[in-house]
Amino acid sequence: MSDATKKGPSSLSFTRRLLLFIGSMELAITLLLTLAIASVIGTVLQQNQPYADYVIKFGPYWFDVFDKLGLYDVYSALWFVAILALLVISTSVCVIRHFPAMTKEMWQLRTNVQKKSLKAMHHNSQWQSNNNLQTVANNLQQEFKNLGFRSRQTVKQEDAILISAMRGGMNRLGYLFTHIAIVVICVGGLFDSNMPLKLAEWRGDIKIETRDLSIREIPAESRLGEGNQGFRGSVSIPEGKASEVVFLPVRDGYLLQALPFRIEVKDFRIEHYPNGQPKSFESDLVIHDEELDAPMEATIAVNHPLIYRGHAIYQASFSDGGSILSLDAWPLDSRAGTEPVSIQTKVFENRQMLWGEESMQLEMIDFRPFNINPDPTEDDSRNVRDFGPNFTFKLRTQTGEAREYENYMFPVERDGREYFLSGVRNTPSESFAYLYLPVDEDGSLNRFLQYSALLRDQQLVSSIANSMMIEALAMLPERDEALEESLQQTLETLIKMFVRGGFDEVRDFIDNNLPDAERDNLAPAYLGMLREMLARIYFTMDGIDAETVGNEQLLFLQDTVDTIGTLSRYGSPVFLHLTDFEHIQSTGLQIAKAPGKNVVYFGCALLVIGIFLLFYLPQRRFWAWLEQENGQTNIILAGSTNRNAREFDTFFNEQQTQLAAKTGNSNL
Amino acid sequence: MTTNTEIMTKPATHTWWWYGLLLLATIGILTVYQEVLDVYEVSILIFTAISMAMVGNKWPGFRGHSIAVAILSLIALQLYGSDLGAAETNGILKYMLASQSAIMWMSVFFIAATFTYFGGLIFRSSYTEQVGSAFTWIATTFGMTGLMVRWRETHMMGADIGYIPVSNLYEVFILFAVVTALIYLFYERRYQVRSLGGFVLLVISAAVIFQLWYAFERNAHEIQPLVPALQSYWMKIHVPANFIGYGAFAMAAMIGIAYLLVSWRANKDPDSGLVKAMPPLTMMDDLMYKSIALGFAFFTVATILGALWAAEAWGGYWSWDPKETWALIVWLNYAAWLHMRMTKGWNGVPMAWWAIVGLFVTLFAFLGVNMFLSGLHSYGSL
Ligand code: HEM
Repeated sequence: MSDATKKGPSSLSFTRRLLLFIGSMELAITLLLTLAIASVIGTVLQQNQPYADYVIKFGPYWFDVFDKLGLYDVYSALWFVAILALLVISTSVCVIRHFPAMTKEMWQLRTNVQKKSLKAMHHNSQWQSNNNLQTVANNLQQEFKNLGFRSRQTVKQEDAILISAMRGGMNRLGYLFTHIAIVVICVGGLFDSNMPLKLAEWRGDIKIETRDLSIREIPAESRLGEGNQGFRGSVSIPEGKASEVVFLPVRDGYLLQALPFRIEVKDFRIEHYPNGQPKSFESDLVIHDEELDAPMEATIAVNHPLIYRGHAIYQASFSDGGSILSLDAWPLDSRAGTEPVSIQTKVFENRQMLWGEESMQLEMIDFRPFNINPDPTEDDSRNVRDFGPNFTFKLRTQTGEAREYENYMFPVERDGREYFLSGVRNTPSESFAYLYLPVDEDGSLNRFLQYSALLRDQQLVSSIANSMMIEALAMLPERDEALEESLQQTLETLIKMFVRGGFDEVRDFIDNNLPDAERDNLAPAYLGMLREMLARIYFTMDGIDAETVGNEQLLFLQDTVDTIGTLSRYGSPVFLHLTDFEHIQSTGLQIAKAPGKNVVYFGCALLVIGIFLLFYLPQRRFWAWLEQENGQTNIILAGSTNRNAREFDTFFNEQQTQLAAKTGNSNL
Repeated sequence: MTTNTEIMTKPATHTWWWYGLLLLATIGILTVYQEVLDVYEVSILIFTAISMAMVGNKWPGFRGHSIAVAILSLIALQLYGSDLGAAETNGILKYMLASQSAIMWMSVFFIAATFTYFGGLIFRSSYTEQVGSAFTWIATTFGMTGLMVRWRETHMMGADIGYIPVSNLYEVFILFAVVTALIYLFYERRYQVRSLGGFVLLVISAAVIFQLWYAFERNAHEIQPLVPALQSYWMKIHVPANFIGYGAFAMAAMIGIAYLLVSWRANKDPDSGLVKAMPPLTMMDDLMYKSIALGFAFFTVATILGALWAAEAWGGYWSWDPKETWALIVWLNYAAWLHMRMTKGWNGVPMAWWAIVGLFVTLFAFLGVNMFLSGLHSYGSL
């Protein structure tokens, strides 16, 4: 300390100057603005996303730079916390420095002012009274009291009396409250923040887990025991199951926090408004705790958490909890046989499926009992309709590629006809492309499948090709065996190509194999022959007759042909049809413990009270200096305020007139 | 006309009939809605009555406004009965009191008031300015009535749909216009200056025009049920407190514009007509400070209420959600403004600029966050 005094030209020591700087208004303003600007970052850059997303967004170089700067979790980055800490220190120093003066201001009536300084005040006036000194003094004091001012008389030399009056001393308390509140709130918030975790991580006591492990596999250094620390985590519990841990998300990983009790979920419910919008999410919970005589039941809902032993349990989200699904796998091509196969599976279950040589992994992802979506048949996208249950799954080939499917349980109507709907996409970023499978009168896929089986019936195809060939060549005067052979071949090939790759493949064949000169003539003929073949095959089916065929049946044929034509792009050899389900949901709970909460709330109360005192309770002072002169009393009135000077102008003038009227006469 | 001095120095008098009226109204509402009000809502009701008692005690305009709103709303409710369709069949509802019509009238009168105030300023006609005040009062009354009637309309939509109409962007724009106008009218009377009216009404008109566009273009006025996260009594106090803040900040910024304009003119020509017609610079500076102080106080309360609500709905009183964070940014900005004003050497012009910048920061917190950033505040996306 003495060193600093010697060095600087100023008489202040280094520490004193440092304190002055830290507690200065300039620094306070700088810090407030710095903090405001720094806070912007975290709102512009979405925080705590999977790190892979950031890499994609910024590229590896900038990803690294931003990571070092802590931008993915700005609000607990070292530099951000340092600014906050500096603000707290600055405010504390400021409060400590001003504390003595402020408390003095709050109570002291300032009885030692001089006559001179009163006369120099911005607000002052003089008048005289015929009453004697003491009477005037008492009168004035009474008047001040009526105005709500506290006052005191002091006898000065030469028999003068000074009355000092004040109102609104609590304004200074407002300053103290406001600034102490900032410190209290920040300190309280620190308890509940993830700073303690960060410290433990630095010390190497804990390690963030980034792998996707089952609870049992999570290593001890990523587990946190029950303790007093605050935390905020989440856990998803299926109906009928229980949990005694929660996951705390930390940057790109998580930690496992043990709870001092077990939460069992009995039921999860969603209620809907008549228009299908969700109205409420609710979970029935049972708390199992050794401290309880009997398990405790409670229902929570959004905005209605359960508080138990300092833990707040919130309804945060929901998802499927492993619904049980019964499916019929309808074969779409010959690899998958000819008969539907029933299977039972669960959401989140993976199983191998064998189709001939080929094996694929079926991965069930999700099930939804309602799908309230915009109705595609209406123009207004706000007209929504329930499309009924659907489920989503992936089919993964041995090489690891997967397509995602979304199948609806009930047929969907379009232009008066019904279809089973199945969406397919190659990556989650695409939107689904839909396959429409025409449904027959029985509401099944039987007819569709029968027809597609007929297309693969070698014998049938060849006999129909034969009869078409004969009809076509009947007008020729002479039989031409080579031509017959080749036409028969062509007709059979057309069907084969169609089954394999739809109209696309047929068109490719035409483009690549026919001589350029004849293509324009032959192409329509080829397509015409294909259509004729497809129709003739259709007319061999039971109950369909070329003579009596109705419009509906023809439309069915058209739909079926269209669908088979696009099957090659569908990628799955089966259509999985949901026949039955048992819906099991999982409720997403958020569980938080905030030991600093009450401290923070206390700080908030201080802050509000402080601010209103500061702004709306001005501190006002009056002084009256009374002197005896020629049998009269000379009165000098002065006043000051610490805010709202403008209103004080009028107030002072008003009061001055009133006081003069009440205490005396003859204004000077 | 009451004079300036009278208002400020009259010893604390009480308008007893006003208190009595509010007491009766409160008791009335409590009896009628006894069964559906929970303890929080009863507290909010009593708190509202007390606030109205205090605000209206020395402010006759507010008393008249409240009574008019009450009467018009009651008439509308009477005409509605329990049939929402009455809005189309009943002439008074259709052209005046159904929420949509009342809000339309509000829009018309706010825009008319803006022109009238500016007309009064340009032609130095204090009568015209008084008409501006009257228009503003009428607009405010229609706006408030519209909100009250809409409240009832939400309940008529279906059994569990009803909610307080401060729940989506469309509704809070109306709230913003009404609250800003009331704050302005308060200070207009207090300082006996009408020449700032046009400036403040300008920001209100902007909000009104946006609100009209939003209704016509996006059908935003249609009543939609609330998502579960918004079904909370906290909304009843959090949102209005917020909008007292926003309204006061907006007014400060508009006074800032007037301040800059006048000080620019005064520099060139101290005797120019504009300088004479406008209030003195010191008064505008003072008013700017007053409204930022008012805004800051209520914004503090609103942010804290928001934290309390978040603690109940999201599992933590502070999550650094973009909306929350921007509220903090707004707050820090005005805290810095208030401190800067205390340090000497900063005169009105930079503070006026800063107040205008403050409005843009506020605007981003209010609208920009919903438009550009994603977060937990799901309501009111454009
Ligand atoms: C987040 C931090 C802070 C907040 C929210 C805050 C808030 C306030 C408010 C609302 C006022 C009243 C302004 C007015 O009357 O117009 C005020 C006054 C003041 N603040 Fe701060 N303040 C903070 C930090 C600081 C710091 C770090 C200092 C240290 C220099 C400081 C020093 C003062 C002083 C000296 C006054 C004047 C009190 C008076 O005489 O009325 N404040 N503060």
